Amino acid sequence: MLGLIAALLVGAAVGPYPLSLRQIAEVLSGGGEAQAQTVLWNIRLPRVFAAALVGAALSAAGAAYQTVFRNPLVSPDILGVSAGAGFGAVLGILLGLPVMAIQMAGFGAGIGTVALVMLLSLSLRGGGQVLVLVLCGIAVGALAGAGISLVKLLADPEQQLPAITFWLMGSLAGIKRPDVAAALPAILLGLAPLIALRWRIGILSLGDDEARSMGIEAGRLRLLVIACATLMTSASVAMAGVIGWIGLMVPHMARLITGPRFDRLLPVAMLTGAGFMVLVDTAARTIAVMEVPLGILTAVLGAPVFVWLLTRGAKSWAE
Amino acid sequence: MRHFPSHALKGAILAALTAFPAFAFDGQTITDATGREVLVPANPARVFAAGPPASTLLYTLKPEAMVGWVRAPKKGDLPFLLPATAELPELGRLTGKGDTLNLEGLLASEPDLIVDYGTVNDTYKDLAARVQEQAGVPYVLIDGSFAALPQSIRDMGKVLAVPERAETLAAYAEAALAENDALLAEIPEDQRPTVYLARGPEGLETAGKGSINAEIIERVGGRNVAEVESKGLANVSPEQVQGWAPEVIITIDRDFAANVGSMPEWQGVPAVKNGRVYLAPSAPFGFIDTPPSVNRLIGLKWLAHKLYPDHAKGDLKADVAAFYGLFYGVKPDEAAITALLGG
Repeated sequence: MLGLIAALLVGAAVGPYPLSLRQIAEVLSGGGEAQAQTVLWNIRLPRVFAAALVGAALSAAGAAYQTVFRNPLVSPDILGVSAGAGFGAVLGILLGLPVMAIQMAGFGAGIGTVALVMLLSLSLRGGGQVLVLVLCGIAVGALAGAGISLVKLLADPEQQLPAITFWLMGSLAGIKRPDVAAALPAILLGLAPLIALRWRIGILSLGDDEARSMGIEAGRLRLLVIACATLMTSASVAMAGVIGWIGLMVPHMARLITGPRFDRLLPVAMLTGAGFMVLVDTAARTIAVMEVPLGILTAVLGAPVFVWLLTRGAKSWAE
Repeated sequence: MRHFPSHALKGAILAALTAFPAFAFDGQTITDATGREVLVPANPARVFAAGPPASTLLYTLKPEAMVGWVRAPKKGDLPFLLPATAELPELGRLTGKGDTLNLEGLLASEPDLIVDYGTVNDTYKDLAARVQEQAGVPYVLIDGSFAALPQSIRDMGKVLAVPERAETLAAYAEAALAENDALLAEIPEDQRPTVYLARGPEGLETAGKGSINAEIIERVGGRNVAEVESKGLANVSPEQVQGWAPEVIITIDRDFAANVGSMPEWQGVPAVKNGRVYLAPSAPFGFIDTPPSVNRLIGLKWLAHKLYPDHAKGDLKADVAAFYGLFYGVKPDEAAITALLGG
């Protein structure tokens, strides 16, 4: 919690537009010059808030997936949601839609992709099994990936292709208050059931039979978790583009602190994810004149931290 | 192993087919920008342009020899193009790995010459040699840098066997560059505005100093605020633009130009505050880059009028009309030019 607050403060204080701490304090207390107000209220703070939101959402989705699929290698992308949302958004860029419509296309396509995966897996023999589900996710995700490649091929190489490339690497550069306002309800709607049902979801990690013996219908609960995680991930990807690693790595970081119990893991993963994302995004907008795509930074900063954490405290994550 | 004989067979057939045309008629030997000696037909009649810059240059020099467009002109471009070229097919581009055209498709259009105009480096040199060898069509690469423009027009004119036409256009290019230099001599460095090039609907893609996409801004003396490391395009944040506080914004995106006044994160930027956001015209070819070819010559004049309204000489509309007449072979009326320049 303290870490998150510190990260938020750093995020608010640092940026390419020179603002002293006093100027920031003035603006936050409702005063300050017009220019400082524009920079802080319209640009920097929405972005810091968006980073925290995306970090928390992806981490929560990742933690939930790793628990219900009983597999530490799972990330929120496993059912093809990122590839699907990416396909929707780049299609929007190709068609020259307005920015808000591009985000909506990404959001809708992400949800649509997972819905397709679910329908497909339920209609197959042995439907509802985790393995069938994941294989369907991989297949549909590969299709969406092929769709992205096709869009890249068709795009105007001077104007649309760079936009698509930047978008697929993930960035919060263009974030505005309305973008945050649009994504916030979807993310909260996805988070709320996970938080409310965190005990029951934790029991799924023991296996379907144990869960049933404790009176929990595993299949239905898993569906709910998938729906929530998809909602959050789609909203995040629509707002910030495709940002890898967070959903896989942060839950492991959190697990090193809390151990595998989902009811403890979830809040810690959310806070860690939010704080980490804010710091990564602060780096993205300050270490160079040009924006460094988030997808690159999460891996470059995240992978070493992750390995270091693994070497330090390998005791509690493989219970 | 099954594939091996079939490859060898294909290669043999291709070699047999392609060895032929290069020696089938008289021609001239050209040394192109890569130092390769290329035997080209004496009067090329079916010329394929490998990319958009070459396509534009070919159009201005010898439109009747075009076998197609790299990208078909859009509807808004048609009033500014010769009607005969509007119907030409879209053939795609030939630029190494990013090809949207295969060699068989290229050969189906029966070109007697391939021209490319742009960056000269080992990759493109190698590509030119490989395509020429594989397709059996002479491939000439001409230097696409801005400074070399008049000479490149003459070189291309020689290759296409239209030296008089090339001389006229090259003289125009020399005059335009000289006029630009004379204008800059009057304006001290510190009176030249800082400029941000905005691309994309959000205006957050830009091109830094030294990139081919923004080259023209420095050529007109604008001080490009984006000192980014990359040679190509870069993404920046609105906060960064606020920090740069550019006095002028040049954009090639219609949506951005229309909306920037109401986008909260752009408020307070001097260019926005003072109404100095300018949309570069784009029909039939862009004024700033898209593609980086001879079309930038009129961009020079346009940009001079936008950056130095008090110093720039001449009537911009008359200049545009003259340029379109000379280079594109069309005579847009007053209303069309006004619409092109955004009123």
